Amino acid sequence: MKLKKHVLGVTLATAFVATMSAPALARDNIQIAGSSTVLPFASIVAEEFGNAFPQFKTPVVGSGGSSGGLRQFCQGVGANTIDIANSSRPIRPAEVESCKKAGVNKIVEVKFGYDGIVFASRSDKGAFALKPQHVFLAGAAEVPQGGKMVANPYTRWSQIDKSLPDQEIVLVIPASNHGTREVFEEKVVHPGCESLAEVKALEKDAQKKVCNSFRGDGRVIEIAGDYTETLARLTAQADAVGVFGLSFYDQNRDRLKVATVNGVTPSLQTIATGEYPVSRPLYFYLKGEHIGVIPGIKEYAEFFLNAQVSGSASPLEKAGLIPLPDAERKQVVADVRAGKAVQ
Amino acid sequence: MNTTNQTNLQDREAAWAKQRRVVEQSLARRHAAERRFRGLGLSGVIFGLAMVALLFVTILAKGLPAFWQATIPVEIYFDPQIIEVEQRPGLLPGESAAQLREREMAWQTQLTMSNWNRLIENALLEFVPEAADSRAELRRLVTSGERFRLRDMVVADPSLIGKRVRLDLLADANIDVWLKGNIDRDLPDNQQQLSAKLRQWADDLYARDVIRMSFSTALFANTDSRSSLASAGLAGALAGSLYMMLIVILLAVPVGVASAIYLQEFAPRNKFTDLIEVNINNLAAVPSIIFGLLGAAVFINWFKMPLSAPIVGGLVLSLMTLPTVIIATRSALQAIPPSIRQAALGIGASKMQTIFHHVLPLALPGILTGAIIGVAQAIGETAPLLLIGMSAFVAAVPATPFDQSTALPVQIYLWQGNELRNFFEARTSAAIIVLLSVMITLNAFAIWLRKRFEKRW
Repeated sequence: MKLKKHVLGVTLATAFVATMSAPALARDNIQIAGSSTVLPFASIVAEEFGNAFPQFKTPVVGSGGSSGGLRQFCQGVGANTIDIANSSRPIRPAEVESCKKAGVNKIVEVKFGYDGIVFASRSDKGAFALKPQHVFLAGAAEVPQGGKMVANPYTRWSQIDKSLPDQEIVLVIPASNHGTREVFEEKVVHPGCESLAEVKALEKDAQKKVCNSFRGDGRVIEIAGDYTETLARLTAQADAVGVFGLSFYDQNRDRLKVATVNGVTPSLQTIATGEYPVSRPLYFYLKGEHIGVIPGIKEYAEFFLNAQVSGSASPLEKAGLIPLPDAERKQVVADVRAGKAVQ
Repeated sequence: MNTTNQTNLQDREAAWAKQRRVVEQSLARRHAAERRFRGLGLSGVIFGLAMVALLFVTILAKGLPAFWQATIPVEIYFDPQIIEVEQRPGLLPGESAAQLREREMAWQTQLTMSNWNRLIENALLEFVPEAADSRAELRRLVTSGERFRLRDMVVADPSLIGKRVRLDLLADANIDVWLKGNIDRDLPDNQQQLSAKLRQWADDLYARDVIRMSFSTALFANTDSRSSLASAGLAGALAGSLYMMLIVILLAVPVGVASAIYLQEFAPRNKFTDLIEVNINNLAAVPSIIFGLLGAAVFINWFKMPLSAPIVGGLVLSLMTLPTVIIATRSALQAIPPSIRQAALGIGASKMQTIFHHVLPLALPGILTGAIIGVAQAIGETAPLLLIGMSAFVAAVPATPFDQSTALPVQIYLWQGNELRNFFEARTSAAIIVLLSVMITLNAFAIWLRKRFEKRW
């Protein structure tokens, strides 16, 4: 029995030593977190990067949404904080502030392409030809009727516009932890809202309030998870219309039917030319303080921006990314090489 | 007299008959009540079993086909004209190990630049000669990661250059989906993932037995993959779960058993130990996500331990398992009859000797069972791991518990979120089957231990 006690003691001691010595270990691979829209692209690049550069380990890519990633990014400097934050929106001044407070002063912004946001319904349901106004009228808390604002009376799409299918209104949108939400509001809801004469007549504050309020009667469903969850909603509620990324729609074309916006069908071409209105740039942010400490950060960024990786006919384009135009790509690469930081 | 006796008798008989009726009536009622209760109980059991059966049947029906995957057995010719690379660097006289490593890396980079896809296309052209002018399309038959597999083979053994090797190439995920009918085959072109030509080739090759459904070793041998979906596997997640299991066994079991022995056998009974006991019971009921929050705050932010590492996951799960182990151990110790202790004490053993020589060996099966069930519970835990960053995409098998990794249940969560639903719905169920088999094996082991060593008093 003496032996048993001895073993127990040694085990505990080892565990304790292991626990305490952990901070001393440096990390030798890049750690990334953030937007779930960027995640598939970043994971593909990370994998190819690990395969192409035998001297670097494969980066690790976490999710958590644009805001979650940037919050982790701004937690400070050190091996147990992430090196790169993926984001589907530009960093906000408040986030730059909080980064500064934690000692992260050098943030390098890398724009690497565009993503389209599409509306899609189940493939066995009616086809939608949407206008921003329709989406606003379907989802708003209050809509103008007879010259004044009333609680949203619409229950079917066909009540909003005769050309829309006679289907129950259920709109599945991303929750505010997603960068997609901001684009959805800026590029669809707000233009739709402001196009109404009655709203234009309101004062600024009232106008803002009208355009930013969604109805709370269960017809607008916010999804905090990823697009799979949105798809599951559509499976459960046959009439629902969901907001997806173009790449997600592209890989599930057998289940989804995409809606046109202002008469334009979303595709790589229509988004690249700007014809399709609902698109946004995608970014990742490098932590300047970690460049040179954690191996491979700069190489990863340059590899990502390589036209063979994220240009036309690249694996990322196949996965649904809309590539940067050549001139813009050149500019971004130059900025990364120079280490230009966000002010 | 006689008549009175007779009436008395009649009265008594009437009273008996009445009593009997009452008893019989109530008996019928009580039997009915019993039947109702039995019926309810039985239907409850049947309902539960039906639900379990439904769960297993749906998971098995979805997941079992994923253990077989479309593969293309081919003969790859490692054409020296395509693989342009010098001799692998050897150690030069007077060179340091670091210098050699640097040259080795340069050599590997050069090797990576070779056109590996060309080798695959050449091998496939044997079966589809008409594709000579649409090589890019032909290449889409095979999942994109296979080119790195060829490279790794040459890195491991450069003498392969110039040789022919028989090899099973994994078909692209969408080919697998198409051949298994996981996508509606009647859909028009614009709703299909593959071009009409590729679908034609796939069907043709499948009919000629060039593409076969073979057992998917990739599922177990490979790590997760996003760029080459067909080769996504569970190796990294299995290793991560294994590390965490080891940490839980090394930490939670000894600490838990030691505290249980102390509390049960040595600790004085007072308000303070009562308080500890109440708290241990409470701790066992704390939702696991709270342990995750604690882990993120204490181990990562305070102790500065690495993100996404099995060591942190193992520590968090150990904390979670500790109360289970303590409670199981205490009840195992409690179940040992006092006569054993008294006999040992009676022949002059000390308290310590009594416990370690007599009580503990007898309680061992119960303790082990509790420990194994605790560990099995810990393996299936997901929520706390998400909070310490273990849900990241990791494309490498962790070499130590300090390397980033995922775990089996988290991998299931990640796969159910993958964009290519048609392929990953089955893959996810396959991962669930693997996780369930691990848990059932552990639980069966616990039952076996109990049956083997249990003593009845």
